Amino acid sequence: METLELTQEEQFQARIDADVRIEPKDWMPEAYRKTLIRQISQHAHSELVGMLPEGNWITRAPSLKRKSILLAKVQDEAGHGLYLYSAAETLGTTRDQMLADLHSGKAKYSSIFNYPTLSWADMGCVGWLVDGAAILNQVPLCRTSYGPYARAMVRVCKEESFHQRQGFEIMQTLCEGAPEQKAMAQEALNRWWWPTLMMFGPADADSPNTEQSMKWRIKRFTNDELRQKFVDMMVPQAEFLGLTVPDEKVQWNEARQAYDFGEVNWEEFWNVVKGNGLCNQERLQARVDAWEEGAWVREAALAHAAKRAGRELAKSAA
Amino acid sequence: MTDDFTPTPALATVTETQRKMLPFVLQLADTSLILAHRLSEWCGHGPILEQDLAMANIALDLLGEARSYYQYAAELEGQGRTEDDLAYLRPAVEYRNPLLVEQPNQDFAHTIVRQFLYDAFHYHLLLQLQQGPDAHLAAIAEKSVKEAAYHIKWSSEWLIRLGDGTDESRRRIEKAIRNLWRFGGELTMPTATEQTLQAAGLVPDYAALQQQINAHVARVFEEATLPVPENVFAQQGGKDGRHSEHLGYLLAELQYMQRTYPGMQW
Repeated sequence: METLELTQEEQFQARIDADVRIEPKDWMPEAYRKTLIRQISQHAHSELVGMLPEGNWITRAPSLKRKSILLAKVQDEAGHGLYLYSAAETLGTTRDQMLADLHSGKAKYSSIFNYPTLSWADMGCVGWLVDGAAILNQVPLCRTSYGPYARAMVRVCKEESFHQRQGFEIMQTLCEGAPEQKAMAQEALNRWWWPTLMMFGPADADSPNTEQSMKWRIKRFTNDELRQKFVDMMVPQAEFLGLTVPDEKVQWNEARQAYDFGEVNWEEFWNVVKGNGLCNQERLQARVDAWEEGAWVREAALAHAAKRAGRELAKSAA
Repeated sequence: MTDDFTPTPALATVTETQRKMLPFVLQLADTSLILAHRLSEWCGHGPILEQDLAMANIALDLLGEARSYYQYAAELEGQGRTEDDLAYLRPAVEYRNPLLVEQPNQDFAHTIVRQFLYDAFHYHLLLQLQQGPDAHLAAIAEKSVKEAAYHIKWSSEWLIRLGDGTDESRRRIEKAIRNLWRFGGELTMPTATEQTLQAAGLVPDYAALQQQINAHVARVFEEATLPVPENVFAQQGGKDGRHSEHLGYLLAELQYMQRTYPGMQW
């Protein structure tokens, strides 16, 4: 039995190494399945919880055009949540189970959504920086080893790049506008810069799952590699906007052909992960409330469907 | 995500007849905007992810429709105001939406009853408007009626599920009907302005519209196993700018940015 398992595992790894996609009915190591369920559901939860900080500004958007775009963007996030929950379900879990884990605090979502959105410029920063960081994390996932996840990500990434562009455009409009608007943009950048750098996760030395995930080609770049890419991409964009990144250590390093930058405040990172961010409680409570207050609606829908099915059965029997 | 809103082409000239339509076009614009606002308050808080999407979708349709009307209203007015000036810089007493659409979401049952009452009116109104004498308004109606057909399907299906679902859903939908029915009548009670426009053949006759709405409501209520309320006193005033207390708070939120930072581009 043991030799057979080993052979299966070796065959599995050989497929991964040859960049052949793993599909739902294929044999896979239990740890691979668990890692993917954890990662995909965490990603789905992030889309769901991520609706809240931006949803916070839909009713206050400053123009009808911006309101339309923001509402459509938040709606896209709900759609991403749907594809991702479906992708995770192919691994043998259910959406209800995943949501129960979110509500109990067992499953995580991206910590970035535990920061508050305080001004309209935050809608710019969330699109430009947060979606920008998400894209860097997600583009490699279009080639991730698990087929349903990779395919879901192709669609997600297309929409995310729209989102990022609209965020940048909000920032650009603010920076080209009145002094109050430019100040609003800078103030938002000051608050969002470091938390977005944290989105790539702990430093490689402190990321125990990275090595296995790289071997399984779930992940294709390390946290620090992606963080560096992000800084290299964003510093020139901030300069273009006439904004200053809130890190005195940011400097072009000719030898490395990359920007040097300061150390992330890991104490803050772990604090927010542990639930001590300003909005952790509110975000989770909002999801729990929506679920609990919606229970009677879901029950009614099921009860009605059952009644209808019963009536149709009676009709066809008659 | 796409901003699939296409502005309707500018008018070469505005005729006197068209100009008379201004208050009616603004009334349609305000109504769509306020209902879109209420629906968008659900975003991220819906009872099921699919329904969160559906409500955001309907809100987006209504917002797009509101923008078409506001842009048309701005052209009819000819004072150089924009869609945003009309939406963001008019006080509550100048808003012309009926009372129904400004009523708060409360729970999903109230949201469904409010939506159903409005959809029944909206859908049948748009069917008429797309054949009306104002070509510009007819074009907006022609685009919007396809969306409104989906809205009324959605709200009818939910009314049926909640009416003929569980004891709790029944209790909640009955309560929502009791609370909101009094606001349904205003939709088809013509204001003095509407009467003038109806007399000129510019706005559909509401008596005929009411019959179509009644037939639709009766059909859906029967399937929902719900009695249609009778002899309910109809509250009115919204279409003349006399609103419930809710609208002031809604506008304070909606207009916050434009009021705080006047005259800026966003």
